[in-house]
Amino acid sequence: MSLLAIQSLKAFYGDFQALFGVDLEIVQGQTVAVIGANGAGKTTLLRSVMGMLAAPSDVIRFDGKPIGGLATHAIVAEGIAMVPEGRKLFPSLSVEENLRVGAYPKRQGPWTLERIYALFPRLSERRNQPATSMSGGEQQMAAIGRALMSNPRLLLCDEISLGLAPVAVRELYRALPGISAEGVSLLVIEQDIGQAMAVANQVYCLQEGRVTLAGKPNELTRERVAAAYFGN
Amino acid sequence: MEWVDVVLQGALLGGLYALFASGLSLAFGIMRMVNLAHGDFIVLSAYLALVLTQSLGIPPLAALPAVAVIMAVVGYVLQRGLLNRVLGDDIMPPLLVTFGLSVVIQNLLQEIFSADTQSLPGGTLVTASLPIGGGLAVGWLSLLTLVAALAVIAVLQLILARTRLGLAFRATSDDLVTSRLMGIDTRQIYGLAMGIALAIVAIAGVLMAIRTTFDPTGGPARLIFAFESVIIGGMGSPWGTLLGGVILGVAQSIGFSIQVGLGQLFGHLAFLAILMVRPQGLFPRTRGV
Amino acid sequence: MTSAPPIARTAAIVRGTRASRLGGVLGAVILLALVTMPWWGERADMHTVVEFLYMLALAEMWNLLAGFGGLVSIGQQAYVGIGGYMLVLLAMKLGVGPFIAVPLCGIITAIIAIPTAALVFRLRGAYFAVGTWVVAEVFRLTFANIIWLGAGTGTSLTSAMMGYSAWLRDSLALWIAIILGVGSVMGIYWLLRSRLGLALTAIRDSEVASRSLGVDVRRVKFGVYIVSAFGCGMVGALVYLTKLRISPDAAFDINWTAIMIFTVVIGGIGTIEGPIIGCIVYFVLRDLLADYGSWYLIAMGLIAIAVMVWARRGLWGLLLARTDLRFFPVQRRVVIEDEAGASKPVEG
Repeated sequence: MSLLAIQSLKAFYGDFQALFGVDLEIVQGQTVAVIGANGAGKTTLLRSVMGMLAAPSDVIRFDGKPIGGLATHAIVAEGIAMVPEGRKLFPSLSVEENLRVGAYPKRQGPWTLERIYALFPRLSERRNQPATSMSGGEQQMAAIGRALMSNPRLLLCDEISLGLAPVAVRELYRALPGISAEGVSLLVIEQDIGQAMAVANQVYCLQEGRVTLAGKPNELTRERVAAAYFGN
Repeated sequence: MEWVDVVLQGALLGGLYALFASGLSLAFGIMRMVNLAHGDFIVLSAYLALVLTQSLGIPPLAALPAVAVIMAVVGYVLQRGLLNRVLGDDIMPPLLVTFGLSVVIQNLLQEIFSADTQSLPGGTLVTASLPIGGGLAVGWLSLLTLVAALAVIAVLQLILARTRLGLAFRATSDDLVTSRLMGIDTRQIYGLAMGIALAIVAIAGVLMAIRTTFDPTGGPARLIFAFESVIIGGMGSPWGTLLGGVILGVAQSIGFSIQVGLGQLFGHLAFLAILMVRPQGLFPRTRGV
Repeated sequence: MTSAPPIARTAAIVRGTRASRLGGVLGAVILLALVTMPWWGERADMHTVVEFLYMLALAEMWNLLAGFGGLVSIGQQAYVGIGGYMLVLLAMKLGVGPFIAVPLCGIITAIIAIPTAALVFRLRGAYFAVGTWVVAEVFRLTFANIIWLGAGTGTSLTSAMMGYSAWLRDSLALWIAIILGVGSVMGIYWLLRSRLGLALTAIRDSEVASRSLGVDVRRVKFGVYIVSAFGCGMVGALVYLTKLRISPDAAFDINWTAIMIFTVVIGGIGTIEGPIIGCIVYFVLRDLLADYGSWYLIAMGLIAIAVMVWARRGLWGLLLARTDLRFFPVQRRVVIEDEAGASKPVEG
C-alpha cells in the first residue's frame, strides 16, 4: 500500500528550477534511499514533502491524501517527520528538552522518552546537557530521536552521515532497522552510497533535478549507479 | 537619611519599569522584533482602564483583568493580522510598521480623548503607605507594582521552563524553520507571544495610570524606559531586566531630587554610561529569552 | 541558442535615459521658476514652497540613512533641534548673520554627531533605532534645562532679523531652501553615481558580500550618518529662521522623524524620486484634512503601514515596476554596438 506518492514534482527557488518532474513512491514499511551528488535536488525533494516549498496539492499524496502545499506543522501532524540536514538541534535546550519538543504534535504511538533512550543509550547519559555540546554522532542520534518523538509513520532522514566518522555512521545505520521494525517507513537521503544501498529496499538516484535511476539495490550494478549519479 | 529614601523610591519605581520592560523583551526574545509602539500600548491600556472605570463605575484594579484580556486579544490579532506579514530577515519593515502604529495610536487617542492629561482614581491606595522605620515609608501602590513585576517575571520563567508552550516559545526563538518541523504552528506561537506581551503591558499601564498622570503623547517615554531597563540589565535576562529597571528608577529618583527637570535626564545618562562602558548590559545572556 | 549573436564592436557604459534627459530639461525650468519666485510669487505660496523644500531635504536625509545606509534612525529630530539651537547661539548670542549661519549650523551639528555616532553605533538593528530616539530625548532635555537659551519655554529669534526687510528675509529663506531641497536631491544623486555610491548600494544589497569585497562597511555607515546630521542641522537652522520662535519640545519633536519616515516610505525607500513623491502626498493630505486636526498624520501612518505590507517599494516602486521610468538613473547599463552600427542594451 502506497504511503507516499510523488508524481511529477517540480520545484523552484525563485527563477531557478531545482526539480524537473520527479516521480517517487514509498510503500508502507519500506526503506527508500535517494542518492545523488550535491545540488542534485535531494534536500529540495524533502523540503517539498515537508511543505517548506510550494507544490500543487495532489502532486504529493500521503496515504492517499493530497498534502502538497500544506503548512509544515500540518504535515507533521499528518505523520511525516524530518531529521534535517545538519541536525539543527535547538541550542538553548537540553537533550531531553529537544526530545520533548519533538513530541509537540501529541501523536499516539510507541515512541516515548524511554524508548528513545533505549534505542540510543548515550543520550540518556547526557539528557540534561545542552544539546549542542555533544559530539556530532550523538547530536545526530538526538536529532533522529527528536523526530521519532512525534510518532511519525514516515521518517525523512537528510544526510545523517554528513560530517561523521565512519564508526559513528555505522552505529547510526545499525539503529535504522529497529526503527523500521516499529512500523516507521523511511526515506533516507544519502551521499554515502554504500550505506544507502545496504539499508534500502528501493533506491532512487537524482541528478540535476531528475530521477536517473530507480530499482532494488541488488538489481543495480555499480556501473549503472555511477552513470546515474554522475550523468553523461 | 534622605538619600536612602530617594534610593528606596527609585528602587520601587524600578518595579514599574521592569513591568514595562518585560513585555518588550518577551516579544524581542521570541520574535526578534522591537515593537516601537510598545509604550503607546501602555498608554492605550491606561485609556481603556479609564473608559471602563468611568462607564462601569468600578475601581481601576477591578478593571485590570478586563483590560489585560482585551489587550491580550488585541496583541494576538495584531500579530497574526499585521505583524506576521512583515516579519522576516529584514529588520526595517517591522520597525517602520510599529513606528507607524505608534504615531497612529497617539494621534487617535488625541482625537478621541483630547490632549488633556488624565489620571485613574486610586483612592486610598495611591496615598496610603507602609512605614518601615527610620522615618521611611513605602507606598502601597509602589509595593504592589513591585510585587506584580516579580510575579510576572516569575510566571514567565515558569511558563518558559516548565510548560509545553514555553518549550515551543524557546524552540521558535532558537530556530524558526526547524521548530515548524516539530509540528509547531509558528504563526500561532507569535500571536500568543504578542498576546502575553500586551497582557503584561496592560498590567503595567493600569498600575502606571493609578500612580501618575498620562496623556496621548506619553508612549515614547515609556518605550524608552522599558528599553533602557533592558539594556542596563542585559539582554535576554529577565531578572537582569528587573535590576535594570531598579537602577534606572534610582538614577531618575536622584536626578529628580536635585531638580525636577533632571529626573528623566539622569536616567538617560545612566543608560548612556552603561552603553559606553559595558554595552552588553550588567547580566547579559546570549541565548534564550 | 541556435544562432550566433552579432559580433560586438564597441561596448559602452551608458547612464542616461530618455526620461532623464527630459527630466533634466523639466528640472531646469522648475529651478528657474523657483529662483525667480520672489519677483513673481505670492508670499504665502513662497512660504509653502520653502516648507516643501526643507521637508524634502529632511526626507532625502532620512532616505540616505535608511534607504542607502541601511540604518533605521528614529532620532534625526535631534539634529534638526540642534541645528535650530545653534542658529540661536550664532545669530542671537554671537551676532553672526542669520543666513550665513545656516551652513555653519550644519557643520556644528555634524561635529556634534561624531561622538554621538560613536556611542549609538554600539547598538545594532532595532536597538540602534531606539538608541537614536533616546539620544534625541537627551538633547531635548538638555536644551530644556539651559536657561541661557530659553529653557523649557524656548526663545524668540526676531531680534536677529532686524535690519532685513520682509522681502529680503523671504527671498533669502527661499534661496536657502532651494539650495537645501534641490541640493539634497542632486547631492544624493551625485553621491550614488560615484564610487561611494556603488559601495552604498552594495551594502544595502548585502552587507556580508560587500565586506568581503573590501568595502569598509562601518566607515561608510558612519559617514552616511554624519552627512545626514549635517543636512538635518542646516534644515533645523532654516526652519527656525522662518518660524522665528524655538522651543525644545518643537525643535526636538518626534514628528519631524515621523514625517521623514512616512514621506520616504510612501514615496519609495531607497529611490531618489520617492521622497519627492512622498512629500507631495504629505502636503496634499495635510491640505485636504486641514480642518480635521491631526487626522492627516493618522492617514499618513496608515498609508505607510499599508505600503510596508503590500507595496514595499512605495508609490515610485509601483510606478517603476510598470514602466522603467528613471528620472535619476543610477544604474549602469551596458550598451553594445553591433555590426550594423545600431546600439542595443544588453538584456540583464
